[in-house]
Amino acid sequence: MPEMLLVAGGTVVDPANGVEAARDLLLVDGLVHALGEPGSLTRDARGAEVVDAAGCWVTPGLVDMHVHLREPGYEYRETIASGAEAAVAGGFTSVACMANTKPVNDNAAVTEYILDRARAAARAHVFPIGAVSVGLEGKQLAEIGEMRRAGIVAVSDDGHAVNDSGLMRRALEYARLFDMAVIAHEEDCGLAHRGVMNEGPTSIRLGLRGMPAAAEEAMIARDIALVELTGGRLHIAHVSTAGSVELVRQAKRRGLAVTAEAAPHHLFLTEEAVEGYDTNAKMNPPLRRERDVEALREGLRDGTVDAIASDHAPHHADEKDVEFDQANFGVIGLETTLPLALRLVHDHGFARDRMVRALTVAPARILGIPRGTLSQGVVADVTVIDPDAVWTYQVAESRSKSRNSPFDGWEMKGRARCTIVAGRVSWSLAERNERH
Amino acid sequence: MEFRGQHLLGLEGLSAGELNFLIDTAASFKEISDRDIKKVPTLRGKTVVSLFYEASTRTRTSFEIAAKRMSADFISIASSTSSASKGETLLDTARNIAAMRPDAIILRHSCSGAPHFLARRVDCSIINAGDGSHEHPTQALLDLLTVRERKGRIDGLNVAIVGDVLHSRVARSNLLALRALGANVRLIGPPTLVPHDFGRWGEVCHDLRHGVRDADVIMMLRIQRERMTGNFFPTLDEYSAYFCLTRSVLEEARKDVIILHPGPMNRGVEIASDVADGGAAVILDQVTNGVAVRMAVLYLLVNAPREELEVPAATVETAPAVARPRRKAAHA
Repeated sequence: MPEMLLVAGGTVVDPANGVEAARDLLLVDGLVHALGEPGSLTRDARGAEVVDAAGCWVTPGLVDMHVHLREPGYEYRETIASGAEAAVAGGFTSVACMANTKPVNDNAAVTEYILDRARAAARAHVFPIGAVSVGLEGKQLAEIGEMRRAGIVAVSDDGHAVNDSGLMRRALEYARLFDMAVIAHEEDCGLAHRGVMNEGPTSIRLGLRGMPAAAEEAMIARDIALVELTGGRLHIAHVSTAGSVELVRQAKRRGLAVTAEAAPHHLFLTEEAVEGYDTNAKMNPPLRRERDVEALREGLRDGTVDAIASDHAPHHADEKDVEFDQANFGVIGLETTLPLALRLVHDHGFARDRMVRALTVAPARILGIPRGTLSQGVVADVTVIDPDAVWTYQVAESRSKSRNSPFDGWEMKGRARCTIVAGRVSWSLAERNERH
Repeated sequence: MEFRGQHLLGLEGLSAGELNFLIDTAASFKEISDRDIKKVPTLRGKTVVSLFYEASTRTRTSFEIAAKRMSADFISIASSTSSASKGETLLDTARNIAAMRPDAIILRHSCSGAPHFLARRVDCSIINAGDGSHEHPTQALLDLLTVRERKGRIDGLNVAIVGDVLHSRVARSNLLALRALGANVRLIGPPTLVPHDFGRWGEVCHDLRHGVRDADVIMMLRIQRERMTGNFFPTLDEYSAYFCLTRSVLEEARKDVIILHPGPMNRGVEIASDVADGGAAVILDQVTNGVAVRMAVLYLLVNAPREELEVPAATVETAPAVARPRRKAAHA
């Protein structure tokens, strides 16, 4: 007896296939089996479990290409299991996790460990990202090929920039061997000068060390030049300034293999959030100014910025409930990314398929993973989104082990109602409500 | 007018009325320090703890003398001798001190916002004695008191602040308060230490002679040697060639200009010795006024919540100047 799931009554939004229409979706044995007019699949679906998607969007399972799952090494902040649970609660069926664990994911053994833990958790697909350099130290190239065999989908020293231009050049060149992107955290350390927030009038008023926009932009300009030199593939993590968006726009116009992502906190918060020395507004790159937020949204709208990614970065309260200078950088975001992305549609005139693309096929293609579409025969990852559900985000109820969100108490409109991973319901709002 | 509030975290946001009230109150306390017996019982039974995470002689001593002249019990903790050196967090240290029920904690810390962080988490008054590059409110208040004594007003004065404005908490508190009180503020130094973003708070000027022209008041800031490592300027010698306040520069200012410096001074670096020791300098007046300002701040914050409208008779006898009725509060 095949295992069948029918997602019925919703509007399928599948940007990769240009579908945006009322459709039923039949999943059989963990694969997408058929897409049909409403009611047309009833005969095939005899005996299937039915997910009622009335009033909902049915999208390919969402892909978060930038998360920190903290395991191994920092399990007190997050584990692969808790991170995966937060992911599916937020509508994500796939996450790509950064290499800054302890030990660093700079060799195949760590990659395999991460994949083992993800299989044991069995909640969402986890795609590890390997380090560019051994120990993230920016000196010696990590065993990228060995890690590739073990299952990494990209390389990145995220958390740190690759300051040595020679090493960055080699990374871009070498990663071509595996057709992988180098994901860059763009920060000129000399310019950032141990800053703790955006440099500008607010940093001056608060007496906090600033990181100028130029610290990010100078590095992006360098890396674009290196893409021209090497023919490598560059993906720029968490773009945060208007100038960065413009640099990426120009690079794309010249036909270079440069892509970019934006994080929800950079799309919805400005440096004003630091007021009162709120350490949940401390992240790297820092929150910028209103015109940067607007440029980022515009870049996302016109496709300059390809993807939305959470940069989910869990930290323990003891690492955040301290003096601002001493607090760790980063915020959690797996459960707030989708509702904030929906806000772009509700309040900022974004086309629905543009937003869905930025959370599905766009990041999947950058990572080269067979996800982000509802094409027949692909792994049946599906997110059922109720776009109109009004709710309040309470960080105390987060599935993550950490609580460092700047969005606690925000009124949200829209959320995942049901998250289906490989043909099985991994999370559903109804079950969650019943358990409460 | 009155000063409401449990803490003194900074001068940002205080109105001219509130600032003047603080300065008036401080002025009324000066007389106590001139007495033969320099002690009033106003804060008898109150406990004040100073918690300093940075070296300080002047500020800490000034607070201690202020507290003791008001008869408060004063306990001084320096980070080098405290459990901070054993790795205890600021929050844990402060919570432990707060659990001993002091009336105020005076905090000096190298992190901007540290007193704001504590004020949200402990329930005694927090007095900011300097936080990172952010604010140093009592220093600015004693500067303002000194200026007002000498000039009779603050409104309309031309005030030049010279030096490392970027890293200076003294500059920030002063410029916020001076603006609120109607002074014209000029900020002078190299672009590395006075970036253009300061333009919204004052006139930015990179030429010392031009900057002090027609100044009624010059506030010098201390240049810290460690700034050289950040390449904010090449050497102290070169810095002083451009920004040292000398007699010759002083001729550009008004004849009756006064010169302030928060100390400690680097003689021959930011200020020439003959200027520092000359008639225009009011640097020791500042130190004297510091005690009065800190008495006033302790009085207003520590004494305020439980005070009746009328100042107790004992206080009136010995400290007539403080008998300013302020608010009616129920006896606790």
